[in-house]
Amino acid sequence: MIVTLAVVVGVLYALGTYLLLQRNLTRIVLGLVIMGHGANVLLLAAGGRAGQAPFVGSGPESGFADPLPQAMALTAIVITFGVAAFLLALAYRSWELRRDDTVEDDVEDRRIARQKTAEGGRQ
Amino acid sequence: MRVLIPLPVVLPLLAAAFSMALHRRVALQRFLGFAVLTASLVASVAVLVEVRASGPVAAHMGSWPAPLGITLVADLFAVVMLAVSAAMLLAVFVYAVGSPRTADDAMFFHPLYLILAAGVSASFLAGDLFNLFVAFEIMLSASYVLITLGGTRDQVRSGMTYVVISLLASTLFVTAVGLVYAATGTVNMADLAAKLADLPQGVRSGLGLLLLVVFGVKAAIFPLFFWLPDSYPTAPTPVTAIFAGLLTKVGVYAIIRTQTLLFPGDGPSVLLLAIAGATMLVGVLGAIAQNDVKRILSFHIVSQIGYMIMGLGLFTVAGIAGAIFYIVHHIVVKTTLFLVGGLVENATGTGALNRLGGLLHRAPLIAFLFVVPALSLAGLPPFSGFVAKLALVQAGFELDRFVVVGVSLVVSLLTLFSMAKIWAGVFWGVPDEEPPLLAARGDGRLAAPALMVLPTGALVVLSLAVAGLAGPVYDLCRDAARALAEPAPYIQAVLGT
Repeated sequence: MIVTLAVVVGVLYALGTYLLLQRNLTRIVLGLVIMGHGANVLLLAAGGRAGQAPFVGSGPESGFADPLPQAMALTAIVITFGVAAFLLALAYRSWELRRDDTVEDDVEDRRIARQKTAEGGRQ
Repeated sequence: MRVLIPLPVVLPLLAAAFSMALHRRVALQRFLGFAVLTASLVASVAVLVEVRASGPVAAHMGSWPAPLGITLVADLFAVVMLAVSAAMLLAVFVYAVGSPRTADDAMFFHPLYLILAAGVSASFLAGDLFNLFVAFEIMLSASYVLITLGGTRDQVRSGMTYVVISLLASTLFVTAVGLVYAATGTVNMADLAAKLADLPQGVRSGLGLLLLVVFGVKAAIFPLFFWLPDSYPTAPTPVTAIFAGLLTKVGVYAIIRTQTLLFPGDGPSVLLLAIAGATMLVGVLGAIAQNDVKRILSFHIVSQIGYMIMGLGLFTVAGIAGAIFYIVHHIVVKTTLFLVGGLVENATGTGALNRLGGLLHRAPLIAFLFVVPALSLAGLPPFSGFVAKLALVQAGFELDRFVVVGVSLVVSLLTLFSMAKIWAGVFWGVPDEEPPLLAARGDGRLAAPALMVLPTGALVVLSLAVAGLAGPVYDLCRDAARALAEPAPYIQAVLGT
C-alpha cells in the first residue's frame, strides 16, 4: 500500500515538474495542481497505515487511521483549489490583454541588459 | 493576557469580512481598517511588554492541547516582529488612504489588506509547521490579488511569475510538512525540537535543507531571489511598501525560527554565511544597474536580506541579536524608502531616474524624508543602519569571520553609491528627457498630500528613535536572541510540563 502511494507521489511530482517547466500559464497551472495532488497524497502516506475512520467509540483505537494528516491534506486541498482558480483567472486576463498566456521574462531587466551590451559595443 | 495573543490575527480577519460587506462605503471601510489595525498594534505592544517581563506564553486555540491542536506562541522574537509589523501595517494603511493615485478605493483593497495583516501576524505566532504553512497561504493569497489589483498588462505579466514561484514554494512546504510528519509523527515545533534530534543525521539535514529552500524562496535569498525585483515594482506604492517591509521578512523570520529551534548547529554555518555573502553582493550589484527608483529599492531588499542571514549564520547570541536588530531597522527603513518613492511618483508621475531631476528645490520635504532612511540603509552614523551593521560586524569579528564581514562592508559602500545615484537622479540636476506632466502648485513646488507625508514622517521619526534608543532596543534584541539560543522556556510554555 505504502509502496503504491510512494510510486503515485513520485509520478505526480514528475508530471507536475515537467508541466511547470513549460511557457504557457495554463500548463503551469495544471502542473501546480498535479504537484499539489502529489503533496496531498504524500501527507496521507505520512500518516502511516490505512485503518478505520477515527470516530471515538466506534472501535479499538489501535485500528484507527491517523486523522491529523487527513485534516492537513483537506486544508491543503482547499488552498490549492482557491489559488488554482485565481491563476486561471489570471491566465484568462492575460489572454484578454494579449491573446496569449505565455509567461514572459522580466522586460525591464532585458532592456537594461541590452543597454549595457550596446554601451560595451561602442567602446 | 493569553486572550490578547490571537487578537492580531482574529481582529483583522473579522474586520476583513465586514469590510467586504461594506465594499461600496469607502469611508466606513477606512474607519474600520484604521480602528482594527490600531487595536492590533496596541494588543501587540501589550503582549510585547508582558512577554519581556515574564517569558514566552502559548495560547491553545479551542483548548486543544499541544502538540495536537492549533497553538499560538508568543516568544520575544515573535512579539518584537509582531509589534514592528503592526506599526508598519498601520502607517502604510494611512498612506494608502491618503494617496490619490493608488487603489485605496478599488474594490476589495481594504479586505485584502486586512487579510494580509492577519496572515503576517499569524506567521509570527504560529507554533507548528502546518499552521505556519496556512498563515503563509493567508498572507500570500491576499498578496497575489493585491499585486495584480489594477489588472494592467505589466501587473499580469509580473504577477504570473510571482504567483507561480510562490505556489511552487508552497507545494514544497507541504512536502516538507509531510516528510517531517512521516519522520517524527508531529508538526508542533516545540515537540519537534526534541524529536528531530533523535533522527539520523542524513534525514535531519535533508529536512533542514528542504525547509531552508522553502523559506529561502519567500525570503528572496541567493539564488532564489529573481522573482522579487520583477514583481514588486509593478504594484501600487502602498502595496509594494508593505510587501517590501514585511513579506520577505516573514520568510527570514521562518528561517531563523526553524534553524534555531529545529536544526540548531553547534557553530557558524558556512553554508548560511556563503548564502549571506552572495545575497548581499548580487542584490547590490543588481541595484546599481537599474534606472527606476522602485526597482533599485527592490534589489536592495535582496541585498539587505543577506545581512540578516549573516547574523543567523554566525549562530551566536551576538550574531542573532544583530540579525534581529537588523530586521527591525530594515522593516522601518525599507518601508519608508518605498513610501518616499511613492511620494516622488505621486508628485511627478514617474519613478524613472532619467526623467526626474531637481526635486530638491521643488519638493524639499520629500528630499528630507528620503535622505534620512537612505543614509540609514547605507549604514552611515548616526542612523539606525549604522548600529545594526556595527552589531553584525562585531559579532563577525568575535568569530574571526573576516570574509563575510569584509563583503558586508563593501556592500555597504555600494549601497551608499546606489542611494547617491537615486539622490543625484531625482533630487539634483535636470531631467535627461522631457519631464512628464507635473502637478505643480503656484509657487513651483510639488504637491504632497498630508496623509501621505504624515505616515512617512512618522516612520522617519521611528527609525531615528531606533537609532537614538539603540541601547534599549539592542538589549531587547539580545534577550530575544538569547531566548532563541536556549529554547527550554519556549518548549515548556507550549507543551506544559
